[in-house]
Amino acid sequence: MRAVVTVTGKDRKGIIAKVSGFLAEKGANIEDISQTIMGEYFAMIMIADMSEAKEEFSVIAAACAELGKQIGMSIYLQHEDIFNAMHSI
Amino acid sequence: MFSNKDVLETIAMVKEEHLDIRTITMGLSLLSCIRDTAEETAAKVYDLVCSKAENIVKTANDLSAQYGIPIVNKRVSVTPVSLICAAFPEKAPLIGKALDDAAATLGIDFLGGYSALVHKATAEYERTFIRTIPEVLANTQRLCASVNVGSTKSGINMEAVKLMGEIFKEAAFLTKDKDGIGAAKLVAFCNAVEDNPFMAGAFHGVGEADVVVNVGVSGPGVVKHALEQIPDADLTEAAEMIKRTAFKITRAGQLVAKEAAKRLNAQFGIVDLSLAPTPAMGDSVAMILEELGVGVVGGHGTTAALAMLNDAVKKGGVMASSRVGGLSGAFIPVSEDIGMIKAAEAGQITLDKLEAMTCVCSVGLDMIAIPGDTPATTIAAMIADEAAIGMINNKTTAVRIIPAPGKKVGDQVSFGGLLGRAPIMPVHGCDSSRLINRGGNIPAPIHSFKN
Repeated sequence: MRAVVTVTGKDRKGIIAKVSGFLAEKGANIEDISQTIMGEYFAMIMIADMSEAKEEFSVIAAACAELGKQIGMSIYLQHEDIFNAMHSI
Repeated sequence: MFSNKDVLETIAMVKEEHLDIRTITMGLSLLSCIRDTAEETAAKVYDLVCSKAENIVKTANDLSAQYGIPIVNKRVSVTPVSLICAAFPEKAPLIGKALDDAAATLGIDFLGGYSALVHKATAEYERTFIRTIPEVLANTQRLCASVNVGSTKSGINMEAVKLMGEIFKEAAFLTKDKDGIGAAKLVAFCNAVEDNPFMAGAFHGVGEADVVVNVGVSGPGVVKHALEQIPDADLTEAAEMIKRTAFKITRAGQLVAKEAAKRLNAQFGIVDLSLAPTPAMGDSVAMILEELGVGVVGGHGTTAALAMLNDAVKKGGVMASSRVGGLSGAFIPVSEDIGMIKAAEAGQITLDKLEAMTCVCSVGLDMIAIPGDTPATTIAAMIADEAAIGMINNKTTAVRIIPAPGKKVGDQVSFGGLLGRAPIMPVHGCDSSRLINRGGNIPAPIHSFKN
Protein backbone atom coordinates (compact mmCIF):
# COMPACT_ATOMS: atom_id res chain seq x y z
CA MET A 1 0.00 0.00 0.00
CA ARG A 2 1.34 3.41 -0.93
CA ALA A 3 0.63 6.77 0.58
CA VAL A 4 0.88 10.24 -0.85
CA VAL A 5 2.35 12.75 1.56
CA THR A 6 1.69 16.38 0.71
CA VAL A 7 3.47 19.18 2.51
CA THR A 8 2.55 22.79 1.79
CA GLY A 9 3.20 26.11 3.46
CA LYS A 10 5.70 28.93 3.75
CA ASP A 11 9.24 27.84 2.91
CA ARG A 12 11.68 27.38 5.77
CA LYS A 13 14.79 25.37 6.60
CA GLY A 14 14.70 21.66 7.36
CA ILE A 15 11.21 20.73 6.16
CA ILE A 16 12.32 17.72 4.13
CA ALA A 17 14.57 16.51 6.96
CA LYS A 18 11.76 16.71 9.50
CA VAL A 19 9.16 14.99 7.35
CA SER A 20 11.42 12.26 6.00
CA GLY A 21 12.80 11.60 9.48
CA PHE A 22 9.27 11.26 10.80
CA LEU A 23 8.29 8.85 8.02
CA ALA A 24 11.39 6.70 8.55
CA GLU A 25 10.53 6.47 12.24
CA LYS A 26 7.05 5.19 11.33
CA GLY A 27 8.44 2.52 9.00
CA ALA A 28 7.44 4.23 5.76
CA ASN A 29 9.82 3.98 2.81
CA ILE A 30 9.97 7.04 0.56
CA GLU A 31 9.90 6.05 -3.11
CA ASP A 32 9.58 9.39 -4.81
CA ILE A 33 9.87 13.04 -3.92
CA SER A 34 9.06 16.11 -5.94
CA GLN A 35 9.32 19.56 -4.56
CA THR A 36 8.81 23.07 -5.85
CA ILE A 37 9.07 26.55 -4.44
CA MET A 38 6.82 29.26 -5.83
CA GLY A 39 7.92 32.56 -4.28
CA GLU A 40 7.80 31.88 -0.56
CA TYR A 41 5.42 28.98 -0.99
CA PHE A 42 6.73 25.45 -0.53
CA ALA A 43 5.00 22.40 -1.98
CA MET A 44 6.34 18.86 -1.66
CA ILE A 45 4.70 15.62 -2.69
CA MET A 46 6.16 12.28 -1.61
CA ILE A 47 5.13 8.75 -2.46
CA ALA A 48 5.80 6.39 0.42
CA ASP A 49 5.50 2.62 0.67
CA MET A 50 3.55 1.81 3.82
CA SER A 51 3.75 -2.00 3.70
CA GLU A 52 6.11 -2.08 6.67
CA ALA A 53 4.50 0.74 8.61
CA LYS A 54 4.62 0.29 12.36
CA GLU A 55 1.20 1.76 13.10
CA GLU A 56 -2.25 1.88 11.54
CA PHE A 57 -2.60 4.14 8.53
CA SER A 58 -5.15 6.38 10.23
CA VAL A 59 -2.87 6.80 13.25
CA ILE A 60 0.11 7.82 11.12
CA ALA A 61 -2.12 10.19 9.11
CA ALA A 62 -3.21 11.90 12.33
CA ALA A 63 0.40 12.09 13.54
CA CYS A 64 1.41 13.70 10.23
CA ALA A 65 -1.22 16.39 10.64
CA GLU A 66 0.09 16.98 14.17
CA LEU A 67 3.69 17.25 12.95
CA GLY A 68 2.47 19.81 10.41
CA LYS A 69 1.04 21.94 13.18
CA GLN A 70 4.32 21.79 15.09
CA ILE A 71 6.42 22.97 12.15
CA GLY A 72 3.85 25.40 10.80
CA MET A 73 3.08 23.52 7.58
CA SER A 74 0.07 21.62 6.26
CA ILE A 75 0.87 17.91 5.99
CA TYR A 76 -1.51 15.29 4.62
CA LEU A 77 -0.89 11.58 4.37
CA GLN A 78 -3.46 9.87 2.16
CA HIS A 79 -3.89 6.47 0.55
CA GLU A 80 -2.91 6.77 -3.12
CA ASP A 81 -6.19 5.20 -4.25
CA ILE A 82 -8.12 8.41 -3.68
CA PHE A 83 -6.03 10.17 -6.33
CA ASN A 84 -6.13 7.23 -8.74
CA ALA A 85 -9.90 7.11 -8.37
CA MET A 86 -10.51 10.79 -8.89
CA HIS A 87 -8.02 11.53 -11.63
CA SER A 88 -8.05 8.54 -13.94
CA ILE A 89 -10.81 6.89 -15.93
CA MET B 1 -0.95 7.78 -12.57
CA PHE B 2 -1.92 11.10 -11.09
CA SER B 3 0.16 14.24 -11.32
CA ASN B 4 1.25 16.65 -8.60
CA LYS B 5 -1.41 19.04 -9.84
CA ASP B 6 -4.06 16.36 -9.30
CA VAL B 7 -2.88 15.83 -5.73
CA LEU B 8 -3.00 19.52 -4.91
CA GLU B 9 -6.40 19.86 -6.59
CA THR B 10 -7.89 17.08 -4.46
CA ILE B 11 -6.52 18.61 -1.28
CA ALA B 12 -7.91 22.02 -2.21
CA MET B 13 -11.31 20.46 -2.91
CA VAL B 14 -11.43 19.05 0.60
CA LYS B 15 -9.83 21.89 2.53
CA GLU B 16 -11.22 24.90 0.74
CA GLU B 17 -14.28 23.78 -1.21
CA HIS B 18 -16.07 21.51 1.29
CA LEU B 19 -15.78 18.29 -0.70
CA ASP B 20 -17.01 15.50 1.50
CA ILE B 21 -18.67 12.15 1.58
CA ARG B 22 -21.97 13.34 2.97
CA THR B 23 -23.14 10.04 4.30
CA ILE B 24 -22.42 6.35 4.58
CA THR B 25 -25.83 4.78 5.03
CA MET B 26 -26.20 1.12 5.87
CA GLY B 27 -29.47 -0.34 4.65
CA LEU B 28 -30.79 -3.17 6.82
CA SER B 29 -33.66 -5.54 6.19
CA LEU B 30 -35.82 -5.97 9.29
CA LEU B 31 -38.05 -8.64 7.79
CA SER B 32 -36.33 -11.38 9.77
CA CYS B 33 -37.19 -9.54 13.01
CA ILE B 34 -40.96 -10.07 12.84
CA ARG B 35 -42.22 -11.96 15.90
CA ASP B 36 -45.62 -12.66 17.46
CA THR B 37 -45.68 -9.58 19.63
CA ALA B 38 -44.54 -5.98 19.27
CA GLU B 39 -42.34 -6.29 22.35
CA GLU B 40 -40.42 -9.28 20.99
CA THR B 41 -40.15 -7.67 17.56
CA ALA B 42 -38.80 -4.43 19.06
CA ALA B 43 -36.16 -6.34 21.03
CA LYS B 44 -35.08 -8.23 17.93
CA VAL B 45 -34.97 -5.02 15.85
CA TYR B 46 -32.72 -3.35 18.41
CA ASP B 47 -30.34 -6.34 18.47
CA LEU B 48 -30.17 -6.66 14.71
CA VAL B 49 -29.44 -2.97 14.07
CA CYS B 50 -26.84 -2.83 16.84
CA SER B 51 -25.03 -5.94 15.63
CA LYS B 52 -25.09 -5.38 11.86
CA ALA B 53 -24.15 -1.70 12.07
CA GLU B 54 -21.82 -2.09 15.06
CA ASN B 55 -18.72 -0.91 13.19
CA ILE B 56 -20.23 1.74 10.94
CA VAL B 57 -18.86 4.74 12.85
CA LYS B 58 -15.38 3.29 13.32
CA THR B 59 -15.17 2.18 9.69
CA ALA B 60 -16.26 5.58 8.44
CA ASN B 61 -13.71 7.33 10.65
CA ASP B 62 -10.92 4.98 9.51
CA LEU B 63 -11.76 5.51 5.85
CA SER B 64 -11.94 9.23 6.37
CA ALA B 65 -8.42 9.22 7.84
CA GLN B 66 -7.07 6.88 5.18
CA TYR B 67 -8.28 8.85 2.20
CA GLY B 68 -8.10 12.29 3.78
CA ILE B 69 -11.69 13.08 2.92
CA PRO B 70 -14.32 13.87 5.56
CA ILE B 71 -17.22 11.46 5.98
CA VAL B 72 -19.77 13.69 7.61
CA ASN B 73 -22.66 11.41 8.56
CA LYS B 74 -23.06 7.77 9.43
CA ARG B 75 -26.60 6.53 9.10
CA VAL B 76 -28.84 3.50 8.93
CA SER B 77 -31.97 2.91 6.88
CA VAL B 78 -34.37 0.05 7.53
CA THR B 79 -37.27 -1.79 5.94
CA PRO B 80 -40.44 0.37 6.10
CA VAL B 81 -41.56 -0.17 9.68
CA SER B 82 -45.24 -0.37 8.71
CA LEU B 83 -44.45 -3.77 7.17
CA ILE B 84 -42.71 -5.04 10.30
CA CYS B 85 -45.65 -4.26 12.56
CA ALA B 86 -48.57 -4.93 10.22
CA ALA B 87 -50.00 -7.34 12.81
CA PHE B 88 -49.88 -4.77 15.63
CA PRO B 89 -49.76 -1.31 14.02
CA GLU B 90 -50.98 0.50 17.13
CA LYS B 91 -47.80 -0.66 18.85
CA ALA B 92 -45.50 0.61 16.09
CA PRO B 93 -44.08 3.29 18.46
CA LEU B 94 -42.34 0.47 20.33
CA ILE B 95 -40.39 -0.35 17.17
CA GLY B 96 -39.70 3.36 16.65
CA LYS B 97 -38.30 3.63 20.16
CA ALA B 98 -36.12 0.52 19.64
CA LEU B 99 -34.69 2.01 16.44
CA ASP B 100 -34.00 5.35 18.08
CA ASP B 101 -32.28 3.60 20.99
CA ALA B 102 -30.19 1.57 18.54
CA ALA B 103 -29.18 4.76 16.70
CA ALA B 104 -28.08 6.30 20.01
CA THR B 105 -26.09 3.18 20.91
CA LEU B 106 -24.33 3.21 17.55
CA GLY B 107 -23.58 6.94 17.75
CA ILE B 108 -25.13 7.68 14.33
CA ASP B 109 -26.97 10.91 13.60
CA PHE B 110 -30.13 9.68 11.85
CA LEU B 111 -31.94 6.42 11.24
CA GLY B 112 -34.56 6.36 8.50
CA GLY B 113 -37.38 4.00 7.73
CA TYR B 114 -40.29 4.74 10.03
CA SER B 115 -42.12 4.59 6.76
CA ALA B 116 -45.16 3.40 4.88
CA LEU B 117 -45.69 2.81 1.17
CA VAL B 118 -49.28 3.68 0.31
CA HIS B 119 -48.95 4.94 -3.24
CA LYS B 120 -51.95 3.00 -4.50
CA ALA B 121 -54.16 2.67 -1.45
CA THR B 122 -53.96 2.81 2.32
CA ALA B 123 -54.40 -0.51 4.05
CA GLU B 124 -56.02 -0.39 7.48
CA TYR B 125 -52.77 -1.25 9.30
CA GLU B 126 -50.96 1.50 7.36
CA ARG B 127 -53.58 4.08 8.32
CA THR B 128 -53.07 3.20 11.97
CA PHE B 129 -49.30 3.21 11.52
CA ILE B 130 -49.22 6.63 9.81
CA ARG B 131 -51.26 8.10 12.68
CA THR B 132 -48.45 7.12 15.09
CA ILE B 133 -45.82 9.14 13.18
CA PRO B 134 -46.20 12.55 14.90
CA GLU B 135 -46.03 11.11 18.40
CA VAL B 136 -43.04 8.93 17.52
CA LEU B 137 -41.14 11.84 15.95
CA ALA B 138 -41.83 13.95 19.03
CA ASN B 139 -40.54 11.23 21.36
CA THR B 140 -37.41 10.25 19.46
CA GLN B 141 -34.24 12.11 18.54
CA ARG B 142 -32.74 10.39 15.53
CA LEU B 143 -35.60 8.61 13.83
CA CYS B 144 -36.89 9.82 10.43
CA ALA B 145 -40.23 8.99 8.84
CA SER B 146 -41.50 8.96 5.28
CA VAL B 147 -44.66 8.04 3.42
CA ASN B 148 -44.91 7.34 -0.30
CA VAL B 149 -48.27 8.72 -1.44
CA GLY B 150 -48.03 8.28 -5.19
CA SER B 151 -46.12 6.85 -8.12
CA THR B 152 -46.06 7.11 -11.89
CA LYS B 153 -47.30 3.52 -12.11
CA SER B 154 -50.14 3.78 -9.61
CA GLY B 155 -51.23 7.42 -9.59
CA ILE B 156 -51.72 9.48 -6.44
CA ASN B 157 -53.51 8.19 -3.35
CA MET B 158 -55.43 11.31 -2.37
CA GLU B 159 -56.66 9.81 0.89
CA ALA B 160 -53.03 9.45 1.95
CA VAL B 161 -52.28 12.97 0.71
CA LYS B 162 -55.06 14.36 2.89
CA LEU B 163 -53.87 12.34 5.87
CA MET B 164 -50.28 13.56 5.40
CA GLY B 165 -51.46 17.19 5.52
CA GLU B 166 -52.77 16.46 9.01
CA ILE B 167 -49.69 14.45 10.00
CA PHE B 168 -47.34 17.33 9.11
CA LYS B 169 -49.42 19.73 11.20
CA GLU B 170 -49.48 17.38 14.16
CA ALA B 171 -45.78 16.49 13.91
CA ALA B 172 -44.94 20.21 14.04
CA PHE B 173 -47.45 20.91 16.82
CA LEU B 174 -46.14 18.14 19.09
CA THR B 175 -42.65 19.63 18.82
CA LYS B 176 -43.75 23.27 19.09
CA ASP B 177 -41.13 24.01 21.74
CA LYS B 178 -38.47 23.22 19.10
CA ASP B 179 -39.94 25.20 16.19
CA GLY B 180 -41.79 22.13 14.92
CA ILE B 181 -38.69 20.02 14.27
CA GLY B 182 -40.86 16.88 14.13
CA ALA B 183 -42.00 17.92 10.65
CA ALA B 184 -38.35 18.37 9.58
CA LYS B 185 -37.85 14.62 10.12
CA LEU B 186 -40.80 13.69 7.92
CA VAL B 187 -41.12 13.37 4.13
CA ALA B 188 -44.07 12.73 1.84
CA PHE B 189 -42.86 11.18 -1.42
CA CYS B 190 -44.03 10.40 -4.90
CA ASN B 191 -41.91 7.72 -6.62
CA ALA B 192 -39.81 7.12 -3.48
CA VAL B 193 -36.56 5.28 -4.20
CA GLU B 194 -35.55 2.23 -2.21
CA ASP B 195 -31.83 2.91 -2.01
CA ASN B 196 -31.69 6.59 -1.05
CA PRO B 197 -28.91 7.23 1.49
CA PHE B 198 -30.04 10.77 2.33
CA MET B 199 -32.33 11.75 5.20
CA ALA B 200 -35.04 12.27 6.10
CA GLY B 201 -36.36 10.07 3.30
CA ALA B 202 -34.08 7.03 3.48
CA PHE B 203 -35.60 3.58 3.88
CA HIS B 204 -34.43 0.13 2.86
CA GLY B 205 -36.59 -1.33 0.09
CA VAL B 206 -37.87 -4.88 0.25
CA GLY B 207 -36.16 -5.67 -3.05
CA GLU B 208 -32.74 -4.99 -1.54
CA ALA B 209 -30.17 -7.37 -0.03
CA ASP B 210 -30.08 -7.95 3.76
CA VAL B 211 -27.22 -5.56 4.44
CA VAL B 212 -26.25 -2.88 1.95
CA VAL B 213 -23.96 0.13 2.03
CA ASN B 214 -25.11 3.18 0.09
CA VAL B 215 -23.00 6.30 -0.07
CA GLY B 216 -24.06 9.88 -0.66
CA VAL B 217 -21.45 12.27 -2.03
CA SER B 218 -21.67 16.00 -2.06
CA GLY B 219 -19.69 19.02 -3.12
CA PRO B 220 -21.62 22.12 -4.21
CA GLY B 221 -18.54 24.16 -3.26
CA VAL B 222 -16.32 22.19 -5.64
CA VAL B 223 -18.71 22.76 -8.54
CA LYS B 224 -18.96 26.46 -7.77
CA HIS B 225 -15.18 26.78 -7.58
CA ALA B 226 -14.77 25.00 -10.93
CA LEU B 227 -17.27 27.38 -12.55
CA GLU B 228 -15.46 30.39 -11.07
CA GLN B 229 -12.42 29.41 -13.15
CA ILE B 230 -14.40 29.91 -16.39
CA PRO B 231 -16.51 33.03 -15.76
CA ASP B 232 -16.97 33.83 -19.45
CA ALA B 233 -17.64 30.32 -20.73
CA ASP B 234 -20.86 29.62 -22.61
CA LEU B 235 -23.33 27.20 -21.08
CA THR B 236 -22.14 24.24 -23.16
CA GLU B 237 -18.68 24.64 -21.67
CA ALA B 238 -20.13 25.24 -18.20
CA ALA B 239 -22.14 22.00 -18.45
CA GLU B 240 -18.99 20.17 -19.50
CA MET B 241 -17.09 21.57 -16.52
CA ILE B 242 -19.86 20.50 -14.12
CA LYS B 243 -19.84 17.02 -15.64
CA ARG B 244 -16.10 16.65 -15.23
CA THR B 245 -16.26 17.88 -11.64
CA ALA B 246 -19.17 15.56 -10.82
CA PHE B 247 -17.13 12.69 -12.23
CA LYS B 248 -14.26 13.32 -9.83
CA ILE B 249 -16.53 13.72 -6.83
CA THR B 250 -18.42 10.53 -7.62
CA ARG B 251 -15.20 8.57 -8.06
CA ALA B 252 -14.28 9.46 -4.49
CA GLY B 253 -17.71 8.20 -3.41
CA GLN B 254 -17.36 4.99 -5.36
CA LEU B 255 -13.99 4.26 -3.76
CA VAL B 256 -15.29 4.87 -0.25
CA ALA B 257 -18.51 2.93 -0.88
CA LYS B 258 -16.71 -0.18 -2.14
CA GLU B 259 -14.20 -0.15 0.67
CA ALA B 260 -16.85 0.52 3.32
CA ALA B 261 -19.02 -2.32 2.01
CA LYS B 262 -16.05 -4.69 2.17
CA ARG B 263 -15.12 -3.75 5.71
CA LEU B 264 -18.72 -3.85 6.95
CA ASN B 265 -19.51 -7.24 5.32
CA ALA B 266 -22.26 -5.64 3.32
CA GLN B 267 -23.20 -5.50 -0.33
CA PHE B 268 -22.10 -2.37 -2.16
CA GLY B 269 -25.41 -0.73 -3.03
CA ILE B 270 -25.20 2.55 -4.87
CA VAL B 271 -23.44 5.89 -4.96
CA ASP B 272 -25.85 8.79 -4.80
CA LEU B 273 -24.24 11.85 -6.30
CA SER B 274 -26.31 14.66 -4.96
CA LEU B 275 -25.22 18.24 -4.56
CA ALA B 276 -26.47 18.52 -1.00
CA PRO B 277 -25.87 21.95 0.49
CA THR B 278 -25.17 22.75 4.12
CA PRO B 279 -25.70 26.06 5.88
CA ALA B 280 -21.90 26.64 5.74
CA MET B 281 -20.67 29.47 3.54
CA GLY B 282 -19.39 28.13 0.22
CA ASP B 283 -21.45 24.93 0.38
CA SER B 284 -24.50 26.22 -1.42
CA VAL B 285 -26.39 25.02 -4.51
CA ALA B 286 -28.08 28.44 -4.78
CA MET B 287 -24.67 30.04 -5.20
CA ILE B 288 -23.83 27.71 -8.11
CA LEU B 289 -26.93 28.99 -9.88
CA GLU B 290 -25.85 32.55 -9.12
CA GLU B 291 -22.34 31.78 -10.40
CA LEU B 292 -23.94 30.58 -13.63
CA GLY B 293 -25.45 34.04 -13.92
CA VAL B 294 -28.83 34.10 -12.21
CA GLY B 295 -28.95 37.43 -10.33
CA VAL B 296 -30.47 36.00 -7.18
CA VAL B 297 -31.69 32.42 -6.85
CA GLY B 298 -35.44 32.45 -7.39
CA GLY B 299 -35.20 35.01 -10.17
CA HIS B 300 -36.05 34.34 -13.80
CA GLY B 301 -33.62 31.86 -15.31
CA THR B 302 -33.26 29.88 -12.09
CA THR B 303 -35.17 26.88 -13.42
CA ALA B 304 -33.09 26.75 -16.61
CA ALA B 305 -29.80 26.97 -14.74
CA LEU B 306 -30.92 24.28 -12.28
CA ALA B 307 -32.05 21.98 -15.10
CA MET B 308 -28.61 22.20 -16.68
CA LEU B 309 -26.84 21.69 -13.36
CA ASN B 310 -28.95 18.68 -12.41
CA ASP B 311 -28.46 16.97 -15.75
CA ALA B 312 -24.72 17.61 -15.92
CA VAL B 313 -24.29 16.25 -12.40
CA LYS B 314 -26.07 13.03 -13.38
CA LYS B 315 -24.03 12.60 -16.54
CA GLY B 316 -20.72 12.97 -14.72
CA GLY B 317 -21.89 10.71 -11.92
CA VAL B 318 -23.15 7.89 -14.14
CA MET B 319 -19.81 7.71 -15.91
CA ALA B 320 -17.90 7.55 -12.64
CA SER B 321 -19.68 4.81 -10.76
CA SER B 322 -20.65 1.26 -11.56
CA ARG B 323 -23.87 1.72 -9.62
CA VAL B 324 -25.50 5.10 -9.38
CA GLY B 325 -28.81 5.33 -7.58
CA GLY B 326 -30.71 7.11 -4.87
CA LEU B 327 -31.78 10.59 -5.81
CA SER B 328 -28.62 11.74 -7.66
CA GLY B 329 -29.02 15.38 -8.62
CA ALA B 330 -29.18 18.77 -6.96
CA PHE B 331 -30.98 19.34 -3.67
CA ILE B 332 -32.70 22.64 -2.98
CA PRO B 333 -33.59 22.64 0.72
CA VAL B 334 -34.26 26.19 1.86
CA SER B 335 -33.09 26.04 5.48
CA GLU B 336 -29.91 24.08 4.68
CA ASP B 337 -28.50 26.40 2.01
CA ILE B 338 -27.12 29.81 2.88
CA GLY B 339 -27.92 31.18 -0.58
CA MET B 340 -31.51 29.99 -0.34
CA ILE B 341 -31.89 31.39 3.18
CA LYS B 342 -30.71 34.82 2.00
CA ALA B 343 -33.00 34.79 -1.03
CA ALA B 344 -35.96 33.73 1.09
CA GLU B 345 -35.23 36.40 3.69
CA ALA B 346 -35.10 39.02 0.95
CA GLY B 347 -38.37 37.73 -0.52
CA GLN B 348 -36.60 36.85 -3.78
CA ILE B 349 -37.62 33.22 -3.82
CA THR B 350 -41.19 32.05 -3.41
CA LEU B 351 -42.89 28.71 -2.88
CA ASP B 352 -44.20 28.88 -6.44
CA LYS B 353 -40.70 29.24 -7.86
CA LEU B 354 -39.43 26.44 -5.63
CA GLU B 355 -42.20 24.25 -6.98
CA ALA B 356 -41.15 25.05 -10.54
CA MET B 357 -37.55 24.19 -9.66
CA THR B 358 -38.61 20.78 -8.39
CA CYS B 359 -39.72 19.90 -11.93
CA VAL B 360 -36.08 19.82 -13.02
CA CYS B 361 -34.10 18.79 -9.95
CA SER B 362 -33.87 15.62 -7.98
CA VAL B 363 -36.14 16.30 -5.02
CA GLY B 364 -39.02 18.55 -4.00
CA LEU B 365 -40.21 21.21 -1.58
CA ASP B 366 -37.58 20.66 1.06
CA MET B 367 -37.08 22.20 4.49
CA ILE B 368 -39.47 25.08 3.93
CA ALA B 369 -41.01 26.76 6.95
CA ILE B 370 -44.55 28.10 6.53
CA PRO B 371 -46.97 29.81 8.95
CA GLY B 372 -48.17 27.56 11.76
CA ASP B 373 -51.82 28.35 11.05
CA THR B 374 -51.67 26.99 7.49
CA PRO B 375 -54.65 24.60 7.19
CA ALA B 376 -53.87 20.88 6.88
CA THR B 377 -55.78 20.81 3.59
CA THR B 378 -53.49 23.51 2.17
CA ILE B 379 -50.42 21.43 3.12
CA ALA B 380 -52.11 18.40 1.56
CA ALA B 381 -52.68 20.44 -1.60
CA MET B 382 -48.95 21.28 -1.72
CA ILE B 383 -48.17 17.58 -1.38
CA ALA B 384 -50.64 16.82 -4.19
CA ASP B 385 -48.95 19.40 -6.45
CA GLU B 386 -45.52 17.93 -5.83
CA ALA B 387 -46.75 14.37 -6.24
CA ALA B 388 -48.33 15.36 -9.57
CA ILE B 389 -45.00 16.74 -10.79
CA GLY B 390 -43.26 13.52 -9.81
CA MET B 391 -45.96 11.28 -11.25
CA ILE B 392 -46.14 13.00 -14.62
CA ASN B 393 -42.37 13.47 -15.00
CA ASN B 394 -41.40 9.97 -13.89
CA LYS B 395 -39.19 11.26 -11.10
CA THR B 396 -38.98 11.36 -7.35
CA THR B 397 -40.56 14.36 -5.69
CA ALA B 398 -40.93 15.00 -2.00
CA VAL B 399 -42.38 17.43 0.48
CA ARG B 400 -40.66 18.24 3.77
CA ILE B 401 -42.45 21.31 4.99
CA ILE B 402 -42.63 22.73 8.49
CA PRO B 403 -45.81 24.52 9.56
CA ALA B 404 -44.00 26.26 12.44
CA PRO B 405 -46.38 26.49 15.41
CA GLY B 406 -47.16 30.05 16.50
CA LYS B 407 -44.97 31.56 13.76
CA LYS B 408 -46.00 33.86 10.94
CA VAL B 409 -44.39 35.39 7.87
CA GLY B 410 -41.42 37.49 8.99
CA ASP B 411 -40.51 35.10 11.82
CA GLN B 412 -37.76 32.52 11.62
CA VAL B 413 -37.23 28.92 12.70
CA SER B 414 -33.86 27.56 13.73
CA PHE B 415 -33.07 23.86 14.07
CA GLY B 416 -29.29 24.07 14.30
CA GLY B 417 -26.73 21.74 12.74
CA LEU B 418 -27.30 20.46 9.22
CA LEU B 419 -31.02 21.29 9.36
CA GLY B 420 -30.17 24.99 9.55
CA ARG B 421 -32.59 27.91 9.82
CA ALA B 422 -35.29 29.37 7.63
CA PRO B 423 -37.57 32.38 7.43
CA ILE B 424 -41.30 31.63 7.39
CA MET B 425 -42.43 31.81 3.77
CA PRO B 426 -45.91 32.92 2.72
CA VAL B 427 -48.40 30.45 1.24
CA HIS B 428 -51.46 31.15 -0.90
CA GLY B 429 -54.43 31.94 1.31
CA CYS B 430 -57.13 30.38 -0.84
CA ASP B 431 -59.01 27.33 0.39
CA SER B 432 -58.13 24.04 -1.33
CA SER B 433 -60.15 21.86 1.02
CA ARG B 434 -62.82 20.96 -1.55
CA LEU B 435 -60.18 19.39 -3.80
CA ILE B 436 -58.54 17.53 -0.94
CA ASN B 437 -61.79 16.33 0.64
CA ARG B 438 -62.88 14.71 -2.63
CA GLY B 439 -60.54 11.80 -1.85
CA GLY B 440 -60.13 8.97 -4.34
CA ASN B 441 -57.11 8.56 -6.60
CA ILE B 442 -55.58 10.65 -9.31
CA PRO B 443 -55.20 7.95 -11.97
CA ALA B 444 -51.78 7.02 -13.31
CA PRO B 445 -50.80 8.92 -16.45
CA ILE B 446 -51.20 7.33 -19.86
CA HIS B 447 -47.43 7.21 -20.44
CA SER B 448 -47.01 4.90 -17.46
CA PHE B 449 -48.60 2.03 -19.38
CA LYS B 450 -45.55 0.67 -21.07
CA ASN B 451 -46.19 -3.07 -20.96
